[in-house]
Amino acid sequence: MADIKLLKDTATQVRRDIIRMVHQATCGHPGASLGCADFFTALYFEVMEHDKSFNMKGKNEDVFFLSNGHISPVWYSVLARSGYFPIEELATFRKLNSRLQGHPATHEKLPGIRIASGSLGQGVSVAIGAALAKRLDNDNKLVYCLTGDGELQEGQIWEALMFAAHHKVDNLIVTVDWNGRQIDGDNDDVMSLGDLPGKWSTFGWEVLHMDGNSMEEVLKVLSLAKTKTGQGKPIVILMKTEMGFGVDYMMGTHAWHGKAPNDEQTAVALTQLQETLGDYPVNN
Amino acid sequence: MINIESYGKKATRNGFGDGLHEIGKSNPDIVALCADLVGSLKMQSFINDFPERFYQVGVAEANMMGIAAGLATSGKIPYTGTFANFSTGRVYDQIRQSIAYSHKNVKICASHAGISLGEDGATHQIMEDIGLMKMLPGMVVINPCDYLQTKRATMAIAEYYGPVYLRFGRPGWPMFTTEDHEFKIGKALQLSEGTDVSIFATGHLVWPAIEAGKKLAQMGISVELINIHTIKPLDEDAILDSVSKTSCVVVAEEHQLLGGLGGSIAQLLAEKLPSPIEFVAARDTFGESGTTNELMKKYRLTDDNVIEAVKKILKRK
Repeated sequence: MADIKLLKDTATQVRRDIIRMVHQATCGHPGASLGCADFFTALYFEVMEHDKSFNMKGKNEDVFFLSNGHISPVWYSVLARSGYFPIEELATFRKLNSRLQGHPATHEKLPGIRIASGSLGQGVSVAIGAALAKRLDNDNKLVYCLTGDGELQEGQIWEALMFAAHHKVDNLIVTVDWNGRQIDGDNDDVMSLGDLPGKWSTFGWEVLHMDGNSMEEVLKVLSLAKTKTGQGKPIVILMKTEMGFGVDYMMGTHAWHGKAPNDEQTAVALTQLQETLGDYPVNN
Repeated sequence: MINIESYGKKATRNGFGDGLHEIGKSNPDIVALCADLVGSLKMQSFINDFPERFYQVGVAEANMMGIAAGLATSGKIPYTGTFANFSTGRVYDQIRQSIAYSHKNVKICASHAGISLGEDGATHQIMEDIGLMKMLPGMVVINPCDYLQTKRATMAIAEYYGPVYLRFGRPGWPMFTTEDHEFKIGKALQLSEGTDVSIFATGHLVWPAIEAGKKLAQMGISVELINIHTIKPLDEDAILDSVSKTSCVVVAEEHQLLGGLGGSIAQLLAEKLPSPIEFVAARDTFGESGTTNELMKKYRLTDDNVIEAVKKILKRK
């Protein structure tokens, strides 16, 4: 049985990490990182069966691929707090000689990362490849992937969707962070995604919905998604989130997609996010 | 003296198909992907024997590269198959991020490279692919010269861990390498010893260079002919050893002058052994429709062009 309070506390601490990392780096992408904190926390602390000692091949464990690599702060925080690398290392985010690159990479060998992402639209394809490998190896664990919504404007995504349905890649759970916003504004103003559930469904995917900022619902729907695997269809969860969730002035706008808060704004944000598990130390 | 004869013609892409089939038998981690060009890439025998290890991706090359990267992440050795144009320029960012930067063990196998594919015209005749691929950090670039070398290269790259670009062609081409001609990634293959000029040739241009070498011998010119099948990493020692003896160079390749093997050799020599150099290559131009022979002639990629370059360089020596 999941300890909901602990998961919520963890998500709050992850949000603090995000704000502090981006503030310290004076750049980065806090908006969708905050929005996805509940999802990442649920995935790494409850849903996935994974090994923090980290093996690149990920045999006999669930593996995760982040397609919208710019939300690296949330992933780094969750990986560190799950034990993949020391929490203190979060202080090196975006700094020279750090393993915590602006966008996730394997080049510096950060445990937990299996492929570089940042140039959008590529993660679903990669996740499909990993899922096919699991099938070849008779490995019944699952592959998870998160994409942004603006990212769905990339053509490669739709190539991947077609492939997964055609080849019945049913050990794959893709989640879309459907916050409705991207760098230049709302999806609907920049490039409307139209009938998103209808599009995925027409492409042959099993479509689920969830409120990505309700820990209870995230756990429920991820659990439901697991029960839908192995039935001949790839699964997508269209996850509604609020960009900037947890920090009042970052919500309701696309302004904080890729902007760091200043000292004052950071102080305000941190008053809204309780320190639950202890902040990572900063050496000045 | 160049003592090499052709024993028939076969396309280098057949060497890829046969090599893939062969290596598939001994290495269960080999998987293959194709973007709707199974016949052109000669992949059918692999598919017949290992259907569970083959993925048809349809006309979706970007997705193919991503899936290959994902398969490689899990320990498989994916071979992707499509035309050279769609293996490089069309999917450059996918290769750059998901394969090269992520150092995935993907083998990008590209047929119909260069102008020799013929009648399909410039949309398909990529002569920029070596340049595109060699610029990517860590990417190995191989351009074999005949059927057997392509087959051996196809098998050899499975033993090497890391991203590889393997480039071959469409038309039937003279076969001349034998089991005696060692193939080792990054190791140049010396085809003749000589003292007057070093000719470095890659891919389809090796055979015209052999023919040119024979004719030059009759004119009393001693040619050292070296096949550079691996453009990156470049066998610098072999090149420097040869040029230190001959003091002048001709490079022959079915590729743009800018960004090809010639550029790599010129850079090496400029740095370590400045020497006069002539190039047989495409000169900042797209191709066009025509037969293979017509195109090689029009775009100055024949044995006669190699001879011309040698004569020119000997005067500059």
